[in-house]
Amino acid sequence: MPQLTDLLFYAFAGLTLLFGFLCVANPLSRNPVTSAMFLVLTIISMAGLFVLLHAFFLAAVQILVYAGAVMVLFLFVIMLLDLKEEERRKLNAIAVGLGSVAVLGLAGVLLRALIQAKPVIAAGTQPVEGSTKELGRILFQSYLLPFEILSILLLVAMVGVILLSKKELK
Amino acid sequence: MLENLFIDPTFQFVLFSAAKIAVVFGVVMTFVAYAVLVERKVSAFIQDRVGPNRTAPPLALKIPVLGRFLQRCGIFQPMADGLKFILKEDFTPAYVRTIYFWIAPAISVIPAFLTLAVIPFGSTLGKQQMVIADLNVGILYTFGIVSLGVYGIVLAGWASNSKYPFLGGIRSSAQMISYEIAMGMSVVSLFLIVGDLNLSKLIQWQADNGWLVLYQPVAFVIFLVSAFAETNRLPFDLPESETELVGGYHTEYSSMKFALFFLGEYANMIASSAMMVTLFFGGWSLPFLGKPADSLLGGLVHIGIFIAKMIVLMVVFIWVRWMLPRFRYDQLMDLGWRRFIPIALLNIVLTALGVALFNR
Repeated sequence: MPQLTDLLFYAFAGLTLLFGFLCVANPLSRNPVTSAMFLVLTIISMAGLFVLLHAFFLAAVQILVYAGAVMVLFLFVIMLLDLKEEERRKLNAIAVGLGSVAVLGLAGVLLRALIQAKPVIAAGTQPVEGSTKELGRILFQSYLLPFEILSILLLVAMVGVILLSKKELK
Repeated sequence: MLENLFIDPTFQFVLFSAAKIAVVFGVVMTFVAYAVLVERKVSAFIQDRVGPNRTAPPLALKIPVLGRFLQRCGIFQPMADGLKFILKEDFTPAYVRTIYFWIAPAISVIPAFLTLAVIPFGSTLGKQQMVIADLNVGILYTFGIVSLGVYGIVLAGWASNSKYPFLGGIRSSAQMISYEIAMGMSVVSLFLIVGDLNLSKLIQWQADNGWLVLYQPVAFVIFLVSAFAETNRLPFDLPESETELVGGYHTEYSSMKFALFFLGEYANMIASSAMMVTLFFGGWSLPFLGKPADSLLGGLVHIGIFIAKMIVLMVVFIWVRWMLPRFRYDQLMDLGWRRFIPIALLNIVLTALGVALFNR
């Protein structure tokens, strides 16, 4: 009999793929809001996968940041745009062709990596529990420099957005 | 075979969790119904009126004195209200975006109930811990779910396909995202002091060392005010302010779909009251009742203490609604971004300094 966690893994993985597909190529609706909502569902199913890996912190932050904040702002912008034009747009044969090549290439690379990968939980190392304390310790001790560089990158992006959105600058 | 099943820990866990979920859901639904009654009675008292005092089923009036008394208290009013919501015509206007119009009310109710899953509403009853899911990232889970609550309102505003609901939806998304930041930052200082994100451990810490509201009054004020903004209650009910937006995001809704938004608002109120009791007022503990209960009676007393604290905070919610006028939209944004966020940040820095100086 398969384990409950295995069943849950297949359920969440399947849902992630299904919602992801419906987000980019929904046969029933070409409405951008529908796409955005399916992206939210994709993010939530991925959070489920994180929970199965015992990465509770990552799962919670995934929902909090992506589903709760970023996607709400996306939705906000989409709703203010003119949706009719987007719905009328025809599929472009060249774009579809190039897109499929890119996707297949990426899928090939990932597949190769997956096939070559071996389970590498060596004896003696206990599996890392995704507890908040551990994560914080690793982030602020081993990876302090990359973390700080990322924060500066985000700060620069924020300043840039404010500069761009201010229309009259002296 | 069957006996083995009952001893199996997984099965027991599922069984007890299901029982806890059913009981919590039932209690919260009853609370919602009677919170509406309390709201109407308190508003009547504040405005020098009587409030609902007529509704009663015919048989209840046959009871000599008690029947009349309950009628005057309005005890039967929630039943009449509920019946009215179910029996009214459910009208869907033409030109709405049907699918979203239908699912938006449901989306606005679900998060309010999901947040209750991590709140420890008692210590122990028998051998069971009185919390549905004792997560190690309890508070982050709550904030994640609360941040999903905005979808119901935004989608309702958009799906209604008319001006007032749309404006209400836009307002609410901006308001809820802004105040979520202040709210999230205000609780960081609590966890700096306690050193754990688990809500059960937080309560145990408060039982040993005193309520956190005494250590972090600034954080409490920020959390309280943000909770008003998150639940869309007056003085921050701009998404539905009836003087400018008719009814805001729920203008086009009727019957049970409208009732679901209503239910969502009250369930949110209950959830944030429960959250504040857990974070700032010691949860189920009292200064002289800090040990997890070892008897059935003690467990029930702890649950009673929790509910009593929660009711006090809910009365504060209701009281404030009828005492304060509505804020203007720019004042609301100003308060959130230019006052609360800097104060919350300063609070975090000072708390971190304090912890570094005194604890180690």
